[in-house]
Amino acid sequence: MWMTRVLSASLLMLGLAAAPAVADSSPSPSASGDSAAPAAAGTSFRTATEIEQGRTATANGSAGDYLYWSFPADSGQRPTVKATVKLPGTHAAETWQVDVYDGLRRRQSCQYGAQIRTAAAGAASVDLTCVLRTVRAWSEQWANDPLPGTYYVRLTVTELTTGDLGLPVDTELRVDSKDIGGAAAVDGSLAEPLVPGIAVRSEAQESQSESGDSSDSAVLSSIEPDDGWSSGWWSDRWVWTAIGGVLAALAGIGGYALTRGSGRPSRVPPGA
Amino acid sequence: MITSKRPAAGVCALLAALTAGIVFPTAAVAGEPTGETAPKVDLVVDVSGSMRTRDIDGGTRMAAAKQAFNEVLDATPEEVQLGIRTLGADYPGDDRKRGCKDTAQLYPVGPLDRTEAKTAVATLSPTGWTPIGPALLKAADDLDSGGDSGTGSKRIVLISDGEDTCAPLDPCEVAREIAAKGIGLTIDTLGLVPNAKMRQQLSCIAEATGGTYTSVEHTDELTDRVNQLVDRAADPVVTPVATQGATECAGAPTLKSGLYTDREEFGQQRWYRVEVPAGRELRASVSVAADRAVGPSYGTLLRAVTVHGREIVRGEAAGNGRTDVLSTGLRYPKPERDDDSDGDKPAAEIVCLQVTNSFAPASGVKTTPGLPLELTVDVVDGPSNASDVASFGLGRGWWLLGALILTGFLAGLVWGWLSRWRLAVWRTN
Repeated sequence: MWMTRVLSASLLMLGLAAAPAVADSSPSPSASGDSAAPAAAGTSFRTATEIEQGRTATANGSAGDYLYWSFPADSGQRPTVKATVKLPGTHAAETWQVDVYDGLRRRQSCQYGAQIRTAAAGAASVDLTCVLRTVRAWSEQWANDPLPGTYYVRLTVTELTTGDLGLPVDTELRVDSKDIGGAAAVDGSLAEPLVPGIAVRSEAQESQSESGDSSDSAVLSSIEPDDGWSSGWWSDRWVWTAIGGVLAALAGIGGYALTRGSGRPSRVPPGA
Repeated sequence: MITSKRPAAGVCALLAALTAGIVFPTAAVAGEPTGETAPKVDLVVDVSGSMRTRDIDGGTRMAAAKQAFNEVLDATPEEVQLGIRTLGADYPGDDRKRGCKDTAQLYPVGPLDRTEAKTAVATLSPTGWTPIGPALLKAADDLDSGGDSGTGSKRIVLISDGEDTCAPLDPCEVAREIAAKGIGLTIDTLGLVPNAKMRQQLSCIAEATGGTYTSVEHTDELTDRVNQLVDRAADPVVTPVATQGATECAGAPTLKSGLYTDREEFGQQRWYRVEVPAGRELRASVSVAADRAVGPSYGTLLRAVTVHGREIVRGEAAGNGRTDVLSTGLRYPKPERDDDSDGDKPAAEIVCLQVTNSFAPASGVKTTPGLPLELTVDVVDGPSNASDVASFGLGRGWWLLGALILTGFLAGLVWGWLSRWRLAVWRTN
């Protein structure tokens, strides 16, 4: 009896824990609006504009600029970066490219999506997409698997005629994530997400709390998901394993009952 | 396994923090901005004779520039120190030597008095030559002077309508040398109604310092862009600390967590050292910028090597085509010490970081100063390593359920049979 109580209690807890996670995985665009979405882009890793997932960031630039944004990606997410470049009225053919780098500035491969595209002469816009690999909580140090932390997006034109250099372009960038969930839940975790400058930041915070100085200082990346970095212990593997345990117990009772027949031993005469 | 490691890691981290605090009590954290130095912007405007041309929205280029300046001066954020420098404003004659020295500070870099600045702008009238190179050098001095060497961001915004008329001083090389001084200066260029040669020259100047180039055909474009650039200067940004890597690990500078900058020539290698205490993780990333015309294929390699020369881990990147930087990074978690020796100082390992690049200079490009190199170093707590592929070794999926159900069912059967057998045995006895 206590077994079922414990199991049902733990299942209930798991359900409660899962509920906010499920709610967060599908952000509604109307809830927050695009009012806070940045309308500028940085020009280097150092000055990359921080954006949130699920918001459309815009930026005006010139053809030839290297535009940088950064966004947070947590474990279990598979981010998709979509960029749209609106080109000026008349131009020759030009090739645009979107690259994604992780917090260690390592280039991350796109699984699929048109990462490089050539706009024909006079085309009004060009759309680029990059679907990253699933972000894992841990990987071996020699691998360059995507890890939780800051991701940088670089958007630039790679081939253009000199006549088009410096012409104004409008860009839009949006990052959305698919929640892969427990299928990507690996063991192990990083002590700190892969956010550049995080060691400096924590040292600065320590010294600030000691000296009582609370002035805002620039940091390389102050990025963090809305609901903080996941602690990494939760995954739906707990539910699967628990359900498996319950089903195994039920199957065990079933198997046991099967050997007992219909409740009374057949050889015992009725009325004994 | 994991839980048993945690307290040890915490103790080591604490010890490391304590020892670091004792050894370097006053050392400023690298890359930390001081916050007091205001961002500075110097607008360098071309007042050469060609600015008289009436081809921007029906007015002269000079009129467009003046109108844009007035709007920019109104919109400049409070904290930005803005200055204005002219080139070609004073000498109308034909003497090339004099014409090429013609650059003057119209409004000094400092706290902005909008009325004064606007009055000064109103006096401009198109006059002389286009000495871009000398003007840039002077503008860099404007920004670098004033007592503080300044860690705030510094920007030169160059507005010109013609290419430099003062060869052989190549403004592009001037820009590169200014950038190499390590005062963290960016030059953005705007070309008014540009031609092909001017586009190339102005974008070369911009690329040499990590800036941007924009072609301008309308007044509002000019206003928007200059406003954007001034705002960009106002954004707080971490200023890298200049360092100089050695040619081998011995004698290389020891770096702490932070952001560093250096110069690396073509084919050169740079070494740095980082102390990584046991149980901590080293994260390093490096960007090598192509600030001049380079060959079409290139690469960057970052290696973490022990003092004895054994490679621990490497990050490599290669690419081709147009690029601003090429970057790569690596992680090295130093394992906990296995022996529980009661050493009061955690064993720190010296890790040597070697940076090499395989950029090739395009023909006719100067190879000095070296390519700008940006290095981030973070030493953080070590990860808790995986003891299984799956999270906590838990299972998932229909195969797991099937296997568990089957096992449970078989166990139930066996248990049932066993108890029947025992009952039968008990009966017969």
